[in-house]
Amino acid sequence: MKYLAEFQDPGLARRLLDDIHATATRPWALMEVCGGQTHSIIRHGIDQLLPEQVELIHGPGCPVCVTPLEMIDKALAVAALPEVTFCSFGDMLRVPGSGRDLFRVKSEGGDVRVVYSPLDALEIARRDPGRQVVFFGIGFETTAPANAMVVHQARRLGVRNFSLLVSHVRVPPAIEAIMRAPHCRVQAFLAAGHVCSVMGTDEYPELAARHKVPIVVTGFEPLDVLEGIRRTVHQLERGEHRVDNAYARAVRAEGNPAARRMLAEVFEVTDRAWRGIGTIPASGWRLAHAYRDFDAEHRFGVTGVTTEEPAACRSGEVLQGLIKPRECAAFGTTCTPRTPLGATMVSSEGACAAYYLYRRLDPAAPPSKEAAPVG
Amino acid sequence: MCLAVPGKVVGIEERDGTRMARVDFGGAVKDVCLAYLPDIEVGDYAIVHVGFALQRLDEAAALATLDLFARIGALEEEFGDAWSRAAAEAGVVPAEPLEDIR
Ligand code: SF4
Repeated sequence: MKYLAEFQDPGLARRLLDDIHATATRPWALMEVCGGQTHSIIRHGIDQLLPEQVELIHGPGCPVCVTPLEMIDKALAVAALPEVTFCSFGDMLRVPGSGRDLFRVKSEGGDVRVVYSPLDALEIARRDPGRQVVFFGIGFETTAPANAMVVHQARRLGVRNFSLLVSHVRVPPAIEAIMRAPHCRVQAFLAAGHVCSVMGTDEYPELAARHKVPIVVTGFEPLDVLEGIRRTVHQLERGEHRVDNAYARAVRAEGNPAARRMLAEVFEVTDRAWRGIGTIPASGWRLAHAYRDFDAEHRFGVTGVTTEEPAACRSGEVLQGLIKPRECAAFGTTCTPRTPLGATMVSSEGACAAYYLYRRLDPAAPPSKEAAPVG
Repeated sequence: MCLAVPGKVVGIEERDGTRMARVDFGGAVKDVCLAYLPDIEVGDYAIVHVGFALQRLDEAAALATLDLFARIGALEEEFGDAWSRAAAEAGVVPAEPLEDIR
């Protein structure tokens, strides 16, 4: 057990690991859903500390990675319009569209701004009523309440020059799609803690029962991940398939009721394409009818965008846990964080980037100390 | 962007009919909307994601997380300058520094 000194409480980490080692008697494949968990696992070498029988499969939980190429291309088209100020979170800047990225649009003269919060974008719209301000609303259930609120506020305050380019995704339909996939090897899920701090846990018992799969709500700090794995392995060994909450300090069963109410008010469920994976039924949100005026796709008529995905990129397989990043021939050669072919390499939460940063090209090498996460 | 970061509420005010807080994330102070956590008070800790408080957190848990995030550089990632990071990743140094908002 090498890198334990990296852990905040090495003694506790060792006890959790000892328990996992003592419990696991058979091979088990667990999928961590959240990209923050993937990052934590690779950075701290958690996968290497686990018994050989316990395999972690990296899931599709990186919002930047799964935003469909078509939506990136729409964002690039809107951002290049002369009347538009385009606002985005910083980690979307270098996600490649068919030809370029937002960083390039800015260098070519587009008015692209990075904001910390969608509220900042709304504020920009209020200060400059002569411009169209568009916010790129991506993300899972953790981010969606913020974007729902900002559209609600825009309507309440009568801000007409603000709109949202919406590409929200939902976790439970993704779990459903993964379990239904023909070559699915996943036997249990570490559910994404912060998604559940909004949505609670009541979406999961039915999924767990129907697919006979344990779902353990897990945080993304190293000790949280170990505890999530420990509880999952205990369930698997006993043949159980329950929903368990290993992140109780941040997740309550009912989630955040006020946020859930706002989501239900502003958004409606829709089918959504996931980059590299394809369309998953009911896996996304779009603006509800009453808020259609604030939909940037309608306002700017960006439909019929044609997309071109690099043929070499296997990020779809990476996102579904079918291959590990280093099984992709482009990994670390033609595809690096500096020259990313796919979103899973450009986003700091992407599995390809995590492998590149912390393990370089050598599968056996320990996580490097100097590798700092880049966004 | 998908990480939610714990912070301490250091001030609260009403703005445009919405309860807003100043929240300290281990040194970086940001405006945070309290619409989803209306009963939070000055001195409380909460998990904050893209400018919205989502769940209350006890102080010990919050401080431990902040300490960890500071060590692994996650705070810099969340609050640092995304343009210079993107420029470095792209291998270009922009002729003029690209300004962030505000
Ligand atoms: S290494 Fe690059 S090309 Fe290969 S799957 Fe990952 S992002 Fe795509």
